Amino acid sequence: MAKTILARKVGMTQVFDEQGRVIPVTVLEAGPCRVVQVKSMDKDGYNSIQLGFIDKKENRVNRPLKGHFKQAGVKPLKYLREVRVDDASAYSPGQEIKADSFSAGDYVDISATTRGKGFAGSIKKMGFSRGPKTHGSHYHRGPGSLGSVDAARVFKGRPLPGRMGAWRRTVQNLTVVETDGEKNILLVKGSVPGPRGGLVEVKEAVKKKVSG
Amino acid sequence: MDLLKEVEKRNTKENVPHFTPGDTVRVYVKVIEGNRERTQAFEGVVIRRQGSGTRETFTVRRVSFGIGVERVFPVHSPSIDRIEIVRKGKVRRAKLYYLRKRKGKSARIKESR
Repeated sequence: MAKTILARKVGMTQVFDEQGRVIPVTVLEAGPCRVVQVKSMDKDGYNSIQLGFIDKKENRVNRPLKGHFKQAGVKPLKYLREVRVDDASAYSPGQEIKADSFSAGDYVDISATTRGKGFAGSIKKMGFSRGPKTHGSHYHRGPGSLGSVDAARVFKGRPLPGRMGAWRRTVQNLTVVETDGEKNILLVKGSVPGPRGGLVEVKEAVKKKVSG
Repeated sequence: MDLLKEVEKRNTKENVPHFTPGDTVRVYVKVIEGNRERTQAFEGVVIRRQGSGTRETFTVRRVSFGIGVERVFPVHSPSIDRIEIVRKGKVRRAKLYYLRKRKGKSARIKESR
């Protein structure tokens, strides 16, 4: 069963471990999430659960959604995300998922939308090297050659400037440093994609299992 | 941002003595040798305090056998046993980097009272 929780990125700080070493951590406000819908093999053809996070004002919800929440018996929630699970029957609508479903030492994968950078040049976006700043150079931050003359066109997939960021990205195998189900705190070692206040999805790591 | 403060509070010491750049301090550091723990003192002048909250650090400078040694300590580090203030110094700036170029008489700091 894949443990999952929705969280809000609060910011970064550092904590000390038992040996007095500094660990950089990202503070996440994780949960409490509610199971809003359970999708089962028989009914929907696949197993998944829909999680909701952060309360929303009743008058901000349209009628169809209101009905959807009513069916699950939960208050209207701002964010809804569907997550695949192996066994959907372990969940029931209205069930609460809190930060303490994870414990310190667990490995997690965190997905979120990265910060949008706007229209970025090839140096920032693709890691191209830059031209000389001086010595008569008039070639500073351009992308260089786009291909051969013989082809008489630019091939598809050519790395070029363009929109950068605001992509969904997943960081794998982050260590959970601390959890607090009461205060809804989840501390994760290292950085997490997205701006402060952004929604992130925390899942049990796919590739790495619990240490020790 | 409140949760951030909450996390920082848990990792912050409350009984850190008040000291500023220019003060001479003795820092007792916990050292782990094998499975034995002992404390080691490092005495010198505080030449910088930097950062805020859990991340705050200070730098202690001492001249040991003619060689300047600077150590940076996190203020709230659990490996610091205690900090003793040996002498309060009177200085006119927050970062005392000018001490690095000085030695002997000109590297002295006036005592404040």
